[in-house]
Amino acid sequence: MQAVKFKHQHAAHCESGVMSSMLSHHGLKLSEPMVFGLSSALVFAYLPFVKLGGMPLIAYRSMPKSIIKGLQKNIGLKMKVEKFSNATRGTQRLDELLAQGHIVGAQTSVFWLPYFPEEMRFHFNAHNLMVINKTDDNYSISDPVFEHLVEADVKSLQKARFVKGVMAPKGALYYPSYVPQEIDYKKVLPKCIKKTAKTMLKTPVPIAGLKGIYFLAKHIRQLEKKGEQYSKLFLGHIIRMQEEIGTGGAGFRYIYASFLQESAELINNQELFEASKMMTATGDAWREFALLIAKSIRSKNKKVIDYLAIAEKLESVAQQEAEVYKKLLRAF
Amino acid sequence: MDIKNVPQDHISTYAENKKALYATDENGKYAVVTSSGWDVEGEATKQALTELQRQADNAYQAVLEGQQSPLYYHMYAQRMDLIVLAQSMGLFQWRVKRHLKPKVFKKLSPTLLARYSEALGLSVESLKQLPELKEK
Repeated sequence: MQAVKFKHQHAAHCESGVMSSMLSHHGLKLSEPMVFGLSSALVFAYLPFVKLGGMPLIAYRSMPKSIIKGLQKNIGLKMKVEKFSNATRGTQRLDELLAQGHIVGAQTSVFWLPYFPEEMRFHFNAHNLMVINKTDDNYSISDPVFEHLVEADVKSLQKARFVKGVMAPKGALYYPSYVPQEIDYKKVLPKCIKKTAKTMLKTPVPIAGLKGIYFLAKHIRQLEKKGEQYSKLFLGHIIRMQEEIGTGGAGFRYIYASFLQESAELINNQELFEASKMMTATGDAWREFALLIAKSIRSKNKKVIDYLAIAEKLESVAQQEAEVYKKLLRAF
Repeated sequence: MDIKNVPQDHISTYAENKKALYATDENGKYAVVTSSGWDVEGEATKQALTELQRQADNAYQAVLEGQQSPLYYHMYAQRMDLIVLAQSMGLFQWRVKRHLKPKVFKKLSPTLLARYSEALGLSVESLKQLPELKEK
């Protein structure tokens, strides 16, 4: 059915991976880091009052779906998104689109996807994947966080698409209705990069941007009063949000550094090259921060957790990252 | 991070899978590298999984002792908590909380049981009882 043979790409993150694959399939070659950067997806946010499984929300990237939205805004892409109130109807529509030869993006829960190993199954409802084909009772799926194509039966995929709760996918399906074949990088890149730098440096609320990082550091200092069991889970949770959820390493900082490098070449800007190197170093510092936490929460570790040292490390990462954004604002 | 330093720790929580990471080659150029995992990440995931298991074990005990209905165990066994289960059901938390009481659970309507069965991905039959405890 398909005019162009679909090529699966292994990516770091689900939403940026899906968009990179999908656009490449439609003739616009855009790497995952370019997708990530062009949608200004890099952020930091710490929302202690929003709890997921008893733990506060810590985000290294923007809200789910913001990559799809950001691309539409910044590069003139147009996407069609369909949601369903009836699950059977949602499955029928998916089958129709596949029969028409579409590669279809879908939002799903992670927990109910049969190809996810037990160890990776958590209740997270804003996962993204592409359905590329259906044979008998099975869908062939390109899930960017997996190395190869995977499969899911009709019943399981339907369940994963129609879970209720926070960020309920409501069966959301998406595919492009218009794909630009060229991007005016000289115009678009400065805009997207400045937006990210400004958001990180100047967001006036204490929970977002660099202020959010300092806010988290402040709460790490206060963990002493919270008891060891909770504190260890809290600290482990930070590592998970930074590394486990598919960030390309260091909470998307390496992806962003890769984006800056590619941008530097595209518009021949030496400042961006240097900013990319600085961002890589910042990523390394985030990894050191994670390592510091891991060492102190190990069950083998019998020493008292040095919350102060962890908080100070985090603050130094924030300082280092601030320099990257200042550099970026001066780059144009 | 240099490609040479990308951890390949074969962590158990990847279950033989690999994730894509971004790292720089000898010329400083970024590339996608597959990684079999970093111990630091593996430990954090294992900590979370252990916590989920601990909650399920405690729940199992509470159901055995008759303090809670089997629903209480299945909720944790499916890696949920009161909030997530209530949201998956589209019910207020206080209602789900009531259904966790053995007396109330016994009288639960077939409609509600069917909805719990759907939300938890278990048959109505298995929902009503505790499974044989698996060896860990």
